[in-house]
Amino acid sequence: MAVINDLKVFKDSAWLGWQMEANWTDPFLFMTYSMVKPIAGTLILVLMYIVVTGGETANAYFSYMYVGNAMYMFVAEVLFGVTWVIHDDREHYMTLKQVYIAPMNFYVYILGRSAIKIAITSFGVFITLVFGVMALGVGINLAEVDWLLFSASLIVGLISICILGLALGGISFLTAKHSIGINEGLAGVFYVLSGVVFPITILPTWAQSISRVLPVTYWMEAMRRGLEPAAMRELTSTAGFDVTGMSGVSDMTMMVYLLASVLVFFILSIGVFRFTDYIARKKGKVDWTTAY
Amino acid sequence: MTESYIARNLRAVRGRAYPRLIGSTREPSWFIFDVILPLFTIAGYAYVYKFMDARAELVGYVVLGGAMTAFWLNILWSMASQLYWEKEIGNLPLYLMAPISRMSILAGMAVGGLFETTIQAAITLAIGAIAFNVVFSLASPLLLIVVFVVTMIALYGMGMMFASLYLLLGREAYHLSALMMEPVYFASGFYFPVKHLGFWAAAGASVIPITLGLDALRQMIFPGAIEDAFLSLNTEIALLCGLCVIFIVLSRYALRYMENLGKKTGRLTLRWQ
Repeated sequence: MAVINDLKVFKDSAWLGWQMEANWTDPFLFMTYSMVKPIAGTLILVLMYIVVTGGETANAYFSYMYVGNAMYMFVAEVLFGVTWVIHDDREHYMTLKQVYIAPMNFYVYILGRSAIKIAITSFGVFITLVFGVMALGVGINLAEVDWLLFSASLIVGLISICILGLALGGISFLTAKHSIGINEGLAGVFYVLSGVVFPITILPTWAQSISRVLPVTYWMEAMRRGLEPAAMRELTSTAGFDVTGMSGVSDMTMMVYLLASVLVFFILSIGVFRFTDYIARKKGKVDWTTAY
Repeated sequence: MTESYIARNLRAVRGRAYPRLIGSTREPSWFIFDVILPLFTIAGYAYVYKFMDARAELVGYVVLGGAMTAFWLNILWSMASQLYWEKEIGNLPLYLMAPISRMSILAGMAVGGLFETTIQAAITLAIGAIAFNVVFSLASPLLLIVVFVVTMIALYGMGMMFASLYLLLGREAYHLSALMMEPVYFASGFYFPVKHLGFWAAAGASVIPITLGLDALRQMIFPGAIEDAFLSLNTEIALLCGLCVIFIVLSRYALRYMENLGKKTGRLTLRWQ
């Protein structure tokens, strides 16, 4: 019974999320909006690359960087989506207290609202990858894609990030409107330390040690191996050494690590969320507004 | 005793700036979220250049550009969206009823936001410079201050104009602000020299004051930046001065027009559209 109720909450909150995300404009404008943002973000890196190299984009490092950046959208947008629910409901629509006291699972409500963000981001990632392959020669060959590795790592990684987002959502209870910076900041940590747009071997040794603990590092590597296996092989063979710093880690090890991280993040995020929720109620911050 | 109109408006400026200044001290968490954590994104871009063995100036551009993003974010989320936000939380009618110029409210927001954001950007710049061994070469500090001030006046003038235009928007306001993040980082060359976009694209992007401001600042503080410059320093300063006047004047007209339009259509107090 509880599961059926949770599924209903999930469906309704996902529908609410979709209405809030999309019904402010017509579908065409919304689709354009959903494409412009990710492509512009990617073009920043493309231009940085072109400034240095002079424009040769059909090589392994460019593909590595491009695919990593496209996939990173999931990290940034999902973390943003989850924490934004708290901020938007509390400070903008001022409905958080009503939602909070409603007879439903609050986690499920947040996850439902975030699910729609994942769907929109998936569209952005898809468009970015298509643009990269068609216009910039990014090395994705559909016949070579390891679909099992790619889809399994994508799903497990997304679950892991959603759960981490719940912890951040809890922290958002306690912060002023700067909370928008939490998700972007934490996403930034992953951006640097997880080998998103450059191999982790360029980092100082101490930072590499942190990189090897972060699940996003394994997530990015697994998705790249699945999506662009040839480019990953070429990158290592061109450099002549283990340039990604991950060659010694097998696909299976990565998947086990990702699954373990889901479990750890789950325990961690429940703990953080409960603690911050308790503090927020104690300090009267559930219906707090900080619109200065 | 009645106070003069000017004194009343200056008090309004101070009154609107006050919550922003005091807010940052009451809620110190902004230091972590707005200063420390964004450094990681800057580091990400800097390492991309380092991995490609790029010129040292390019890493410096990333650090400077990363620091300047604070101002653009402040314009989008704390200036442009602010009147819309005030409408949503019910403060806007109070502002409109007060016997002061609406420009004083906008100026107060700008002063408060500018103060906090300048501290934020300065810390980001300092930490970024130390972390990535960025070498600054400052030949004319006075001119640097002039360029920075002119850029900020033009930028916040643009923010004031946007605030008026956003006034009649509903939830589009948020989406519009979100849409103007990455595309503007790209078009204004926050992380690479804007001239690489090509002359006409860079010229179009120069409508956003931070494009010319960043290019001018780079020319003044990085030894090899002249070859990356879009226009000469003097031309950029002259254009920025022009943008200051244009945006301040436009913001005044836009505010009056939008307020009247809002009154006619009954949308000034309409919330949660």
